[in-house]
Amino acid sequence: MSTFMPAAAATARTERRPARARKAALHAAGLLGAAAVLVVVLALSIGVGARPLSLAEVWAGLVDEGAETYTIVHEMRLPRTLLGLLAGVALGLAGAVMQALTRNPLADPGLLGINAGASAAVATGTLLFGVTSFSGYVWFALAGAAVVSALVYAVGGGRSATPARLALAGAALNATLYSYVSAAMLLDSGSLEKMRFWTVGSLADAHHTTVLRVLPFIAAGVVVALLLAAPLNALALGEDSARALGARPARIRVAAILAVTLLCGAATAACGPIVFVGLMMPHLVRPFTGPDMRRLLPYCALLAPVLLLVADVLGRVLARPGELQVGIVTAVLGGPFFLYLVRRARMARV
Amino acid sequence: MGKAGGAMSVVWLGARAVVFRPRALVVGLGSALVALALTVVAIGGGEFPMTPSQVVTALLGGGTPAERFIVVELRLPRAICALVVGAALALAGALFQTLVRNPLGSPDLLGITQGATVGALAVVVAGGGTAALSAGALAGGLLTGAAIYLLAWKRGVHGFRLVLIGIGATAILTGVNGYLFTRAELMEAARALLWITGSLDGRGWEHVLPLLAGVGVLVALVLPGSGRALRVTEMGDDLASGLGVRVERLRMLLLGAAVLLTSFAAAAAGPVNFVALTAPQLARRLTRSPGPNLLASMCVGAAMLVAADLVAQRAFGERQLPVGVITGVIGGGYLVWLLITERRAGRL
Repeated sequence: MSTFMPAAAATARTERRPARARKAALHAAGLLGAAAVLVVVLALSIGVGARPLSLAEVWAGLVDEGAETYTIVHEMRLPRTLLGLLAGVALGLAGAVMQALTRNPLADPGLLGINAGASAAVATGTLLFGVTSFSGYVWFALAGAAVVSALVYAVGGGRSATPARLALAGAALNATLYSYVSAAMLLDSGSLEKMRFWTVGSLADAHHTTVLRVLPFIAAGVVVALLLAAPLNALALGEDSARALGARPARIRVAAILAVTLLCGAATAACGPIVFVGLMMPHLVRPFTGPDMRRLLPYCALLAPVLLLVADVLGRVLARPGELQVGIVTAVLGGPFFLYLVRRARMARV
Repeated sequence: MGKAGGAMSVVWLGARAVVFRPRALVVGLGSALVALALTVVAIGGGEFPMTPSQVVTALLGGGTPAERFIVVELRLPRAICALVVGAALALAGALFQTLVRNPLGSPDLLGITQGATVGALAVVVAGGGTAALSAGALAGGLLTGAAIYLLAWKRGVHGFRLVLIGIGATAILTGVNGYLFTRAELMEAARALLWITGSLDGRGWEHVLPLLAGVGVLVALVLPGSGRALRVTEMGDDLASGLGVRVERLRMLLLGAAVLLTSFAAAAAGPVNFVALTAPQLARRLTRSPGPNLLASMCVGAAMLVAADLVAQRAFGERQLPVGVITGVIGGGYLVWLLITERRAGRL
């Protein structure tokens, strides 16, 4: 018996090794594939618009200063596309982190009111302090997102919070903040003009400066979120097991709230509140990755911008000669997905 | 019933026993009186101020013709609108909250009001008039209610699924509203914004009469008889079926009535948020009675909306805010309080 056991363990190990290697290779290939899809969609987003560009023209516009499409690409399409990329990464990761943190399959930064909190804070900034530039209101957005994230966690972190209760609390929060924002718009018709398009969620007024200013916040949020992958896995086992594995639940939660705040606050400040991207992405990815956050998060980061940019492109194509704001397209596309999730007999486990 | 149930009194009418709770009666009467008193104060205010006794005289047919004209033609419709819309929203909220068994399950969070807004904004974009706008709101609310009910149907409608479907519908419709709002801007931005916040400005008899007729019929259909059935269903579907309540049918009929009430209210005053959410809860706390408190909720809701409209008209000097802003603030405060207490009690 004593000689048999190590032998068996050894065979199991040698058998497991190729299986694990194959899994890792599959994972790497999957990530490469996702990245390739993202590149295609980035090109699509640069190419589609009032003046459609061919792939060659897109490429020439990107690299050749003398090309006639250089101005279109660099002044209009590229900032918009890059902003969509950043916002998509931010919302996708924020959704995945929130679903893990609240252990709630219906968690979404838009549905739970975090984006609305950021916009309410921005409205306050515009109304009371006359803030008009992005560098001014990103701080308001971050503060608003932080307050609502902490609130959502306080409500949803409890053991008895069911998906329905959490979603309902979020809906109530959303409605309150929304009526606050419309009150702010009513009181100041100057800010109304700007806020009205912003509150819908749009990538249309993207500038290089916006992209550059939002980048550090989102980059910081992405780093924190990716570092949280393993700790969130530990937390998924439950408080006690996580502690036994050497994780510190309180610290993980604070870091997760920080990540969500940075990601949602910056994304909302740049393009207004956008719903459902954070909800959909983890659910679309989870069937392939399983619940392991170390696999789930990279896929969300790569594929959420695909979703957002495709929604933006659709908005540009569907409503010609005008355009639909991306927030409207994600709401109309994501809503049915949400209804499908709810109607499914058993909601996916997080 | 113990402490939570409040004291009950029984009155014998011949061989029939009528059970009622004195506290609920006092709350209902008290808030109805408050609502009427505030209405008189509201009618008295404006560019031509009148004392309460002048107002009452004019209402009873006395006073000068000018006073009568100002009171009856100019100010009374708005006041009645506030009373009826408040009562209708509160009744709808009480029905919804009881049927989905959640203190946050009110028609303004579950998509009905947003549906009404979509209907109205579509009319604004198409350039329709006031009557068409009300009709659009009514149709939007009804269609949304029907869609939510059908989507939530799966061998019966359960509270939690209805809530989640409603939240999804709210998110979709908010997106659609945002789109319509950006489109409407070209022609009628101010009117659209005022409308989607919920306002009682410039309401005349042409708004009041359809509202009164619709809400009156619904109240007459819902109030008698549904209280007991609702109390029984609160104990659970199985038990209620055992006691002879046809749960699914009751739920469908009462939800339908609540959707109609909300839609009528929205058609008259726009999507006034949070009255449906807060009034039934306030009534419940005041009466200390666990039942649906339909009548008390209606009185509290009417008082609340009249008070909110008074504040919206008077509190900000020259500037008049739409009443929806005030109810929104009330709702926010209530929500924070609810989240704190529910969490402390471990129910959330």
